[in-house]
Amino acid sequence: MTKILELKGITVKFPGVVALNKLDMDIHEGEVHVLIGENGAGKSSLIKVLCGIYFPDEGSMLIQGKPYMPQAPIDAINAGIRVVHQEFNLLPYLSIAENIFFEKLPRKSGFVDFKKLYSDTDKLLKMVGLNASARTKVEMLGVAQMQLVEIAKALSTDSKILLLDEPTATLTDKDIELLFATIRRLKKSGITIIYISHRLKELFEIGDRITVLKNGEKVGDRLITEVDIPGLVQMMVGKSMHEEFQFRDNVKLGEEVLRVENLKRRESKYYNSFSVKAGEIVGIAGLVGSGRTENMRAIFGADRKESGEIYLHGEKIKIKSPQDAVKQGISLITEDRKSQGLVLDMPCSLNMTLTDPKKISTRGFINRQQERDVAEKLVKDLEVKTPSINQLVRNFSGGNQQKVVIAKWLFCGGKVFIFDEPTRGIDVGAKYEIYNLMWELAESGKGLVMISSDMPELLGLCHRILVFSDGEIVGEVQRKDFDQEKILHLAFKNYVEDKQ
Amino acid sequence: MNIKKIVHLLLQEAGIGVALLVCCIFFTCATEHFASMSNFTNILTQISINTVIAAGMTFVILLGGIDLSVGSVLALCTIVSGLILTRESFSSWQAIILSILASLVAGGICGLFNGVVSTKWKIHSFIVTLGMLNIARGAALLISDSRTYFNFPDSFIDFGALTFVGIPVIFIIAILFIIIGTIILKYTVFGRMIYAIGNNDEAVRLSGHNTNFYKVAAFVICGGSIGVAAIMYMLRLSISSPISGVGFELNAIAAVVIGGTSMSGGKGSLLGTFLGAAIIGVLNNGLLLVGLGDFARQIITGLIIVLAVILDTYRNKLSKKLESI
Repeated sequence: MTKILELKGITVKFPGVVALNKLDMDIHEGEVHVLIGENGAGKSSLIKVLCGIYFPDEGSMLIQGKPYMPQAPIDAINAGIRVVHQEFNLLPYLSIAENIFFEKLPRKSGFVDFKKLYSDTDKLLKMVGLNASARTKVEMLGVAQMQLVEIAKALSTDSKILLLDEPTATLTDKDIELLFATIRRLKKSGITIIYISHRLKELFEIGDRITVLKNGEKVGDRLITEVDIPGLVQMMVGKSMHEEFQFRDNVKLGEEVLRVENLKRRESKYYNSFSVKAGEIVGIAGLVGSGRTENMRAIFGADRKESGEIYLHGEKIKIKSPQDAVKQGISLITEDRKSQGLVLDMPCSLNMTLTDPKKISTRGFINRQQERDVAEKLVKDLEVKTPSINQLVRNFSGGNQQKVVIAKWLFCGGKVFIFDEPTRGIDVGAKYEIYNLMWELAESGKGLVMISSDMPELLGLCHRILVFSDGEIVGEVQRKDFDQEKILHLAFKNYVEDKQ
Repeated sequence: MNIKKIVHLLLQEAGIGVALLVCCIFFTCATEHFASMSNFTNILTQISINTVIAAGMTFVILLGGIDLSVGSVLALCTIVSGLILTRESFSSWQAIILSILASLVAGGICGLFNGVVSTKWKIHSFIVTLGMLNIARGAALLISDSRTYFNFPDSFIDFGALTFVGIPVIFIIAILFIIIGTIILKYTVFGRMIYAIGNNDEAVRLSGHNTNFYKVAAFVICGGSIGVAAIMYMLRLSISSPISGVGFELNAIAAVVIGGTSMSGGKGSLLGTFLGAAIIGVLNNGLLLVGLGDFARQIITGLIIVLAVILDTYRNKLSKKLESI
């Protein structure tokens, strides 16, 4: 086997984070090379390095023995590397042919050469096994067919290496078979494929070799015939983490605050139930896209739920909109603070009082003095670093912005706080301050839920952890049984089993 | 530090005021009649109606919407209220009060329609109000059978002709409108919500507010202000006509934009809108006195609108730069 792509000591650093650490990797010509790892293991960074979006801080790459160091996506395309992203990048109202050759339409004396365009497209469609006319508008296609168009588009530039990022995430079992048939056909014609997926089971069907990443480092590479699922999970978890959090067990758990029964969303077939006690922090683990965020949003009324009951302090409540949820005392600290949590171009004080402006007003008029007092107290309590409460939140750092979001929910005085990735993109110092805030909330008898992709954070902070897998709560792990490997096993559960 | 603050304030708040002042000084020097009391009264009369419509429009634009139907709705309001005003069965005072109420209600209902349809079905207000532009005009023509109403009660006409030290009564109405609107926008929870939603709709929704309520309310306010503007139109011209108000939407939008309100919402003020309307009025009047014809004036007004928006982007950049120093 000849090596088509070699990575030597690739390192990518961001302020405070090493995304890839001295990564060595070999890809053989004509193989399907599988790449797996937990959330944040470095898969996305690796893709971005390969297709010229990130420039590595250290290391070198070789393509067929020649040095390769893309400065921009176009360099990657010229070198024969193309990515098929999880999210499609197609123009729905144009034909298949126009989509495939969008960047480089064949021309004849200034006009588009449609004859050549369609015949070239037909050749590519045959290659990927898509049975459709080149003239068909993309909006008429199903998801699986669109994916094949994406692959055809990637092949249109004489690609040698194809990166498929989570190609089966949105496909049904039947479509997956279709995709695999295409992959096998491409393999036969000499194209090398790098395949990234969460779905462990299918890797054994399609992969030749596998590389496992963890914390930006390679844990190992094996032939697919040498490994099994438990072995892979073990590799992804690696050695046990040292305990860096001091769990506080001085909190007496009180009565049940929130109970969710048989919550079902339209997009999922599963019914989920769970409850939270006063003073408790319930962690929610699971892969990105496993329904963690979606279920919490449905509870909060931000998205529709199909059915399910919500009880607060044992009393059944109706939540049809965030308005209802806030009125009942449920707070949701959203995943994306910039687009969902804050009004960026408005002052800190306004954001902090946004959940209940009536509290700082009399007969509809805002009481500026009261507002200032409230905001200044919150700034002091939460140690928000700002010269003035009139500062626009846009100018704040990530950690301080997150504190403003938490402040606005403290201001309206909820009973249940749902945190969705509260420490994502925040520096270490601010992280610990936010953990402390969460502890204080728990100590004051609130019920807390925390979604996180950061496993050490969940293990360090929570009383118990619920694990989501493909939209279902597949397990609940108590603190005394905390074990990263066990949780990860659960997280992969519904992706591993046959979905009959 | 202090100088920086002053420059910043000038750029941010008073930029349009300075432009207005420059226009006035220019026309005072260039013509002999511009700076006279009678011309002053004239200008104030001319800008009053646009000021009120543009004020209503500002609420809608602050939420990232637009209302193209204001001109047609104004015609409908004048017809509905003119119909009552010319009824002989009412005493003149009854007729006046009823006609004012009718105008406000007609405008409000049109606004309610615009607001409810655009939020309920998530259709861009550009389309919905384009529909309303035709609906209201058609309704006005249908109700009036394309006739113009006049012969309003004497007390109504006399009131419209009142001036206080050269300030016409309809201008006083317009200024009151701006002041009340400013108080609402700056000092109430409602106003704060308008700005916050204009900036980030989703964040406000997820903070537990019914954002649709505010969007509909903004359209109803806009409709109500057209109702007021329709009465002012009748006070000024003593007629109500189904073909009145053609093109008013463009003047109103121009005033809002020149006044520094962002078309994508969340930023702007009624004071700016008032100054915007004043600049348009002063230009129209001054250019006429300088001796330019209708067509040339239209070209210049158009150029000024574009120039104002270009200057606005520079102004923002500059004030941001100053802020970061």
